[in-house]
Amino acid sequence: MISFNQVHKRYPGGYEALKNVSFGIAEGEMVFVTGHSGAGKSTLLKLIAAIERPNSGSVLVNGQNVGALKGGALPYLRRNLGIIFQDHKLLFDRNVFDNVLLPLQICGFDHRESGKRVRAALDKVGLLRREKANPIALSGGEQQRLCIARAIVNRPAILLADEPTGNLDAAYAQEIMAIFNSFHQVGVTLLISTHDESVLQNSAVRRLTLKEGVLQ
Amino acid sequence: MTRAFALHPGVLRAVLRRMFASKLAGFLNILVIGIALSLPAGLYTLLQNAQGLVVQFSDTPQISLFLNMEAKTEDVDQLRKQLAQHPAVAGIEFIARAQALEQLKQSTGLSDLIGGLEQNPLPDAFIVHPKPGGAQALDMLRGELAKLPKVKEAQLDSAWAYKLEALLKFGRLAVLILASLLSLALIAVTFNTIRLQILTQREEIEVAKLIGATDGFIRRPFLYFGAMQGLLGGIMAWLIVTASLLLLNGQLGALAQLYASQFVLHPLSPGDSLSLLLFSVYLGWLGAWLSVARHLSQIEPH
Repeated sequence: MISFNQVHKRYPGGYEALKNVSFGIAEGEMVFVTGHSGAGKSTLLKLIAAIERPNSGSVLVNGQNVGALKGGALPYLRRNLGIIFQDHKLLFDRNVFDNVLLPLQICGFDHRESGKRVRAALDKVGLLRREKANPIALSGGEQQRLCIARAIVNRPAILLADEPTGNLDAAYAQEIMAIFNSFHQVGVTLLISTHDESVLQNSAVRRLTLKEGVLQ
Repeated sequence: MTRAFALHPGVLRAVLRRMFASKLAGFLNILVIGIALSLPAGLYTLLQNAQGLVVQFSDTPQISLFLNMEAKTEDVDQLRKQLAQHPAVAGIEFIARAQALEQLKQSTGLSDLIGGLEQNPLPDAFIVHPKPGGAQALDMLRGELAKLPKVKEAQLDSAWAYKLEALLKFGRLAVLILASLLSLALIAVTFNTIRLQILTQREEIEVAKLIGATDGFIRRPFLYFGAMQGLLGGIMAWLIVTASLLLLNGQLGALAQLYASQFVLHPLSPGDSLSLLLFSVYLGWLGAWLSVARHLSQIEPH
């Protein structure tokens, strides 16, 4: 589903985020990307969504070399991915419902069908009763779950999550991980970056550990 | 491709909501566009009206021949024969001096003054209707007729119409230049409005790009906004022109009465009104398109 082949990423200014990284993730697999902050976890996820491009090597998603995609093809790649951002990237000029609706509007879903899907996604993350609220009124954990709802409303085959439990206490973090586990059970491919030991401890999930841009 | 051009009611509704979110600023923009467009549109309307006058006169040119005061009836008959045989003359009318005086009394209401005159100051006159020909042929005919015996003066009545026509050509060019300049102003106004909107919606644009929005999807609401603003500006311009003409017609009625004339200014024709609106929609759309093309590429998520 996802494969990295000798990927090198150097940012302008000379900072080397990833050095010679190669790995593969099968369809339906759930994988943690771990390492200290600055180890290259975010960069790895950004390369998959073509938010950044590798300097050398290839990143394949579904057999497509996303590093070489033209600008016009990017939207269609990203529609197959659900991305949960570290900084949420919620829009505070609209309510919870409309935030989740946005990906469906982008794909041109019809009105009635998208309403059903938005409510299904909100139900999944336990925010159905907050659909009229402004995201700014939500707690950190709720904002994180809203971000998850927006990422899954499109029913993507691949879910990328960047530090989804970053600023949450252990109880909230367990909740979020439970949601991810339920996606894993229905066959979604998940790639979750985290440095949260409490999440990693009681989990038998495969790990990719990065240290200063090198895969251990 | 078809989806890019289909009307999106949801997008249109969002655009309208955004437009009326800041009522005063939106209204001022529309007012600026309306005034900018109303200047060339108003001048154009005035020119069209003047053009109507020119067509009316220059299509039926006449040459007035005024005879010498001492011309006798025999001289008149002689002249009538000469004119009737002239190859460039289509028809003639004779107006005797007494008849001319009578007409003058009736049409000007100066009968008291004219009645006090010791003798009729008007000469006998022929009105010559030439066969169709260019302005040059008319001028040659006029020169020829002026040299006939007993003719004091030959006057080409449509000469002023030709002068006016030339003046109108000049006016039309001026309108064209004005319209071009103000169209640029309209594009600039829209360009700037859209630039500000893009800046305030930077975050939304970034997120939309991250979750798979095509450039077309992001561009669409801005283009709708530009076109909508152009349309409202065009309607504003139409209202300004129409209201101004109504005001002018009120004054013109009094003026025309003094000249015993029925002259009124006609408003913009339905065709011209439609052109005005379509043109302003197009300019608004173009301004928005230029702005979006310039500014959207600068927003890349990271």
